[in-house]
Amino acid sequence: MGPSTNTPDHDHTPDHTGIPGRPDGDDDGLVTRLRDAQPMPRPDALVALRARLAAEAEADGLLDVAYRVVDSPIGPLLVAVTYDGVARVAFENEGHDEVLEELAAAISPRILTAPRRTDPVARQLDEYFAGRRRRFDLELDLRLARGFRRQVLDQLRMVDFGHTVSYGELARAAGNPRAVRAAGSACATNPVPLVVPCHRVVRSDGSIGQYRGGPEAKRTLLALESAA
Amino acid sequence: MQPFDRVVEEHGAVVLRVCLALLGPDEAQDAWSETFLAALRAYPRLRPGSNVEGWLVTIAHNKAMDALRRRARAPVPAGDGTDLSPPARAAAGPDPAQEATAGLDCDLMAAVRALPPKQQGAVVHHYLAGLPYVEVAAVIGTSPEAARRSAADGIAALRVALSSPAGASGVSTSHPRPRKR
Repeated sequence: MGPSTNTPDHDHTPDHTGIPGRPDGDDDGLVTRLRDAQPMPRPDALVALRARLAAEAEADGLLDVAYRVVDSPIGPLLVAVTYDGVARVAFENEGHDEVLEELAAAISPRILTAPRRTDPVARQLDEYFAGRRRRFDLELDLRLARGFRRQVLDQLRMVDFGHTVSYGELARAAGNPRAVRAAGSACATNPVPLVVPCHRVVRSDGSIGQYRGGPEAKRTLLALESAA
Repeated sequence: MQPFDRVVEEHGAVVLRVCLALLGPDEAQDAWSETFLAALRAYPRLRPGSNVEGWLVTIAHNKAMDALRRRARAPVPAGDGTDLSPPARAAAGPDPAQEATAGLDCDLMAAVRALPPKQQGAVVHHYLAGLPYVEVAAVIGTSPEAARRSAADGIAALRVALSSPAGASGVSTSHPRPRKR
């Protein structure tokens, strides 16, 4: 392999640094040869280094948010876990990049993709979708839900697999029977869908209602639970 | 503020390139890890609008200089059986830095690593990291004009080293002669 085969970003044209391809006094091409001598490492050269960084950050208490994306029958799910527990489960339609930016602002920008801390939630989601799990056994970090919304989520955690409640029943259980709309928005902004089962909340007329991951995802989940 | 993961994604390669150029493949991975761990620690306090790449290259430069000082202090291997290699290195799996340098212009990079620190830093940060001299100056702690001079002196020294390998300080003569282009 010649020195210039994998350096497409360092040819003889001016680059973003404003350095000409053949700078002043580079009559013998030394500067060009220098750039070719140490090419930009390819992304796959960084995979092991990034894994090591995540492990060392975790050990040093610097990994405020560990995340990964897991595949599921309702599309890729981003799961984010703090030192306290699962803080966020996000659907693809929310835009995973945007979700990570929100987490950076709301929790901490010390965010890395990391397997270890996210393993339990990834495994339990797999089991859930495979019909082998009816209840998630995970620590939760619900700091992204405050006040009444938090109370609603606490009630929602008690709605079992295969059951549904109405928004009105949920509002009543959370201590404010008239706050039906607020109960609805608590579900719509649930930071940890699936793990806190907001998909089990339906309209009192029996129709399916809204869902953060889209109504189709909600229908899939309810069908999965009623078939089991 | 961007998630730190995006910072690693965007700038990880250029920082590794700087570490490889300053230290060679053996120590580059440790310097890369130390750089990003230190950056992660300080990241929430980084001022908005900062030049992230310049900031990372500065940290990498300092980590590399630390490594060079350690190397200078401990030229003789420890005889007490203590394993000085970090245990995390084994966990990192195959050596991507080593693979990344296979078959490359080793003579030239060895000559770069044999330059005096200021020249080495100016050459690597300007020509490999692509930083303008204003930022190179900030990284190596000098004025932009001095950084420009150091880079020019470094390039001149490399020419001398490569044209007469036997006379170049610290450059191994056991490598094949540099290929003509």
